[in-house]
Amino acid sequence: MSAPDITAPPEADRFRKKASAQRRPGQRRIGKVLLGLLAWLVGLLFVSPLLWMLLTSLHAETDASTNPPSFFAPLTLESYSNFFGGGSGVSPWPALINSAVAAIVSTLIVLVLSTMAAYSLAIRRIQRWSDVLFFLLSTKMLPMVAGLLPVYLVAQAFGILDTWLLLIIIYSAMNMPIAVWMMRSFLAEVPIEVLEAAELDGARLPRVFMQILLPLTAPGLAATALICFIFSWNELLFANVLTSTAASTAPVFLTSFVTSQGLFLSQVCAASLIISVPVLVAGIAAQDKLVQGLSMGAVK
Amino acid sequence: MLPALIFVILVTQIPFAITIVISFMKWNAAYPDDISFGTLQNYITVFTNADLLRAVFVTIGLTVSVVLVSAVLGLAIALLLDRKFIGRGFVRTLMITPFLIVPVAAALLFKHAIFNPSYGLVNGLLTSVFGENAPQPDLMSTYPLLGIGIVLVWQWTPFMMLIMLAGLQSRPMDVYEAALVDGAGPGQTFRFITLPHLRRYIELAALLGTIYIVQNFDTVFTMTSGGLGTANLPYVIYQEFFVAQDYGVASAVGVIVVIASLVIATFALRTASTLLKEENS
Repeated sequence: MSAPDITAPPEADRFRKKASAQRRPGQRRIGKVLLGLLAWLVGLLFVSPLLWMLLTSLHAETDASTNPPSFFAPLTLESYSNFFGGGSGVSPWPALINSAVAAIVSTLIVLVLSTMAAYSLAIRRIQRWSDVLFFLLSTKMLPMVAGLLPVYLVAQAFGILDTWLLLIIIYSAMNMPIAVWMMRSFLAEVPIEVLEAAELDGARLPRVFMQILLPLTAPGLAATALICFIFSWNELLFANVLTSTAASTAPVFLTSFVTSQGLFLSQVCAASLIISVPVLVAGIAAQDKLVQGLSMGAVK
Repeated sequence: MLPALIFVILVTQIPFAITIVISFMKWNAAYPDDISFGTLQNYITVFTNADLLRAVFVTIGLTVSVVLVSAVLGLAIALLLDRKFIGRGFVRTLMITPFLIVPVAAALLFKHAIFNPSYGLVNGLLTSVFGENAPQPDLMSTYPLLGIGIVLVWQWTPFMMLIMLAGLQSRPMDVYEAALVDGAGPGQTFRFITLPHLRRYIELAALLGTIYIVQNFDTVFTMTSGGLGTANLPYVIYQEFFVAQDYGVASAVGVIVVIASLVIATFALRTASTLLKEENS
């Protein structure tokens, strides 16, 4: 481990190795178990705020905000029924539906356009394909917030503020670069021989897409879709500025949900959890491809 | 190819160009008759206003510390998860979940259910352990930036961990066998084999994290609404535009953020391009 080990005479070195080999098995097993336990502890530590959120959401408001905390208070679904039944006076459904529409429609648009783009980047290999890829990536590096004002002004001029259409346009553009990068890396894995064989058989492009490329890249397509969905669902800044009542999304609803008076902790936890559920499900389903999407295909 | 490219340019690039133009304009929505072009006043305002300057430092400080802490934690946890143990897949899933909470929800959770001075979990546990006279700190009023930082670290450590884990699992195993045969200890192996291999993954994780965290708006907006000196640049843009309605100043701040991001992005692109070249060779 230290310098003398390397310069030590061979006999000493051999002796050391022998000694450590004798010592190793038992020590190593204990070390392994301890490290496994540590990993479990760290995992539980990271997830504990979420467990607390779940527990609080299942407590009555009076039990949720005690000091010291009442861990074993009776469980109830009151907060959830209050949340959905409009106990706070505002139904969450319009916001949830707006979010779902904006996220799903924009994801579909992104999938179609990005698969086409990825085809010409990965398989057809148009000229300067890597320049195009890096241009797309660079757009993702610029903070979208800097374009907020012009987007707002243009949307105002077209009269599409506070509509699904506007959110769908914004979210599609926001996710397009990631989707193109991901789809490119999935399409690049398709063996070129398969495509050549199809071409020899006289298959046209639409058929190649439907019968060869899509089935082969289905898992990648699903992962791309889930990641686009997550980013659109989470987005707050643009939704907050560009919508007001008609097209307001779930995160915006959540920020306006918190009132400063009264006991509300349990309901806030219930609302936060409900709004996170789609992303949790999508993310855990796509966890193997999550890295690839977040690093824009740079890491497999 | 073209539809996607044109779409991206139209919606994400043209606005930047317009932002640059507006940043040289005198334009406050509250005074619609007093709009003119050709002034540096917005930039002078930005660089002489203490609050705006503070936002620059808040952004840099928050981003650097969150990226550093979550990268180190992410690497440590990735090393833990890289070994075989019972329930490894499950622990990995546990680790990912903080990243999958809607950012607004995570911020609300920490602000109200955990850091709240009278009924949050932290002070509640302090009372449980130390009794009636336990210290009851109010983190969100004394160190609000630390509170925001903790939430960001909680959410971004899983991201760092995932990238580092991918890096660890792409190591060529024969090198390790060779090292073992040569009698290298675990410390040496880590220092001379693992770290050099991981270098590019660490860089990538840090740079991507930087790009996302510089743009963070949700956490600051939800936890403090930019109050108590926590406003970062994205929040200031939002505020100048939406609340103060000073379009010129908002755009000038936007241009500054873009320039800063370009510098970071250049490094990120270089790293991504080396990984791409390796894949193609």
